[in-house]
Amino acid sequence: MAVITYRDALNQALREEMQRDDRVFLMGEEVAVYQGAYKVSKGLLQEFGEMRVVDTPITELGFAGVGVGAAMVGLRPVIEFMTWNFGVLALDQVLNSAAKMLYMSGGQYPMPLVFRGPNGAALQLSGQHSQSFESWLAHMPGVKVVTPGTPHDAKGLLKSAIRDDNPVLFLEGEMLYNTKGEVPEEEYVIPIGKADLKREGDHCSIVTNGKMALVAMQAADQLAKQDIRVDVVDLRTVRPMDIDAIKTSVAKTNRAVVLEEGWELAGIGAQVVDYIQRECFDDLDAPVVRVHQADVPMPYAKNLERLAKPDAAKTIAAVKKVMYIE
Amino acid sequence: MGTGSGRGRVKNIDLLHSMLLQRRFEERCAEAYALGKIGGFCHLYIGQEAVSTGSLSVLRADDYVITTYRDHGQAIARGITPRAVMAELFGKIDGCSRGKGGSMHLFDRNVNFLGGHGIVGAHVPIATGVGFAIKYRGGDQVCVCFMGESVVNTGAFHEALNMAGLWKLPVVYVIENNRYGMGTALERASAIHDIYERGAAYNMTRTQCDGQDVFAVQRTMQEAVDRARKESAPTLVEVRTYRFMGHSMSDAVSGTYRSKAELEEWQKRDPIVLLRMHMQEKKELTDEQLQKLDEKIKAEVQDAIDFADKSPEPPAEALWEDVLVDTTSDATAEAVAAD
Repeated sequence: MAVITYRDALNQALREEMQRDDRVFLMGEEVAVYQGAYKVSKGLLQEFGEMRVVDTPITELGFAGVGVGAAMVGLRPVIEFMTWNFGVLALDQVLNSAAKMLYMSGGQYPMPLVFRGPNGAALQLSGQHSQSFESWLAHMPGVKVVTPGTPHDAKGLLKSAIRDDNPVLFLEGEMLYNTKGEVPEEEYVIPIGKADLKREGDHCSIVTNGKMALVAMQAADQLAKQDIRVDVVDLRTVRPMDIDAIKTSVAKTNRAVVLEEGWELAGIGAQVVDYIQRECFDDLDAPVVRVHQADVPMPYAKNLERLAKPDAAKTIAAVKKVMYIE
Repeated sequence: MGTGSGRGRVKNIDLLHSMLLQRRFEERCAEAYALGKIGGFCHLYIGQEAVSTGSLSVLRADDYVITTYRDHGQAIARGITPRAVMAELFGKIDGCSRGKGGSMHLFDRNVNFLGGHGIVGAHVPIATGVGFAIKYRGGDQVCVCFMGESVVNTGAFHEALNMAGLWKLPVVYVIENNRYGMGTALERASAIHDIYERGAAYNMTRTQCDGQDVFAVQRTMQEAVDRARKESAPTLVEVRTYRFMGHSMSDAVSGTYRSKAELEEWQKRDPIVLLRMHMQEKKELTDEQLQKLDEKIKAEVQDAIDFADKSPEPPAEALWEDVLVDTTSDATAEAVAAD
């Protein structure tokens, strides 16, 4: 298998799906001439031309609506937000148009479109550019919310998202673009809604998604050195959520830590814990512990940012807590 | 009153039928609302019928129409049956949106009616997207997007028209300037009052016309639609009109934000009366013919009400239908095989 970056994996997915289906086009800020703010769309303008790789003005609400309209009449738009922090400006189109069109129209107007872009904190970008939106977006019915954590998952899930007849909100990790991983040379897709057991262990489950899968793996490596073996359940998709995968893992380990990038209140972890208490009540040997961002806007200063973010050390501490170690 | 468009495609009697049908339909809507048969918000279009009828009379069947929540008139003028619209208003399974949308969200794929939309301004970028898709496919269809004048103050309007002007998309944006956004007069909401002039900011052809004169609307719209179809260029049309009813069913028709005298002044220019008088002057319509037409339309509306009354409520399982397209079959099989 080839080892490529998360960025290139996404690029391959876009390229292959645009080759496969001429109804697919990419639209957003700086996607064409500039080759993508994060270079995800590198080379696509040259290959597919300006009708299919479309630079927009800085006008998120507007071009998100363009995607909705184009999807209504049969195209399959991929709408790129330079970051989901800017995607918030388009939330009306996501929430009120894309997510409701099929239902409000009594099934007449499917919305085969993808909204995608980087999500979560990078480094020292402070409050307005360092937010995780999966719990906001997963709250609404009528969409799917996908948060791949590896190049393999990014490619396979983006291809599925583009082929899906529903609105898919695709959240990439801003800090993941340069990470590398094995990606098959041959064609493959990954089903939306299926978790992936990224590490097997029998002492504790770490349930996580997106960029935090990487953090969970770092924690798992360090815990292994102390003979603590954890399951890492990477949800990959947070709507729909793979409850069976959570259940299977917790039934085996009897303990769980839920790790997410966003804030605590009404977070993804709150939902995971709810599933665990309902489905695995008799399996549990300890209360579930959550790891998440501190309940503050992201600060700029390096030391404060470190304190605010969930990381491997905090995850390790949480695992030890649910195992009643130290 | 101007004269017929001269295009000869739609007869004056058909224009009258379309406008009178909307009027009689909505008079019965007000009644049904009072009886509790129609729930939620209900925004009547009475007084503005020349805009829907005039505009849609110049379209082809494969063109697209999208509008706001004040959508009954346009839905009927576009050809959704009164039965399907009334059943939708009654929340019944035979409604054009299967009872899931209601008054504000009428949809019908068969006539390319892309919905009534409930968030002011939000459908305008969607129309731009439809225009983009038409151009992408190299087609010669046109998208007509209706909106009230208060929409021009939203960011969505600005963003949508800028892209349409920038990319030269085949969309006709029709502002139905009925003078009030709910209870706020245009002059209290917009820094300029000739709002079609906003098109200048988008390098867009712009024009305005009398919305009580169906022929004026037809002529103006024919030019705009031709421009979209032949030159793939958008137009901003301001149609000056007036709603004879309140914003919705909850406000007084006059007395708070507008005077009775103003309302009465506009009612003198009832678009249906103007067309009827024109036709009578031209000897195209006798009193007897008019009476017959009106009776026929009233019967058609009564039939719609009877149909809606009899149509069943959506079954309980409909609650869970159409949240998402079911993609579990092929896509998953393909995915599992490859993963």
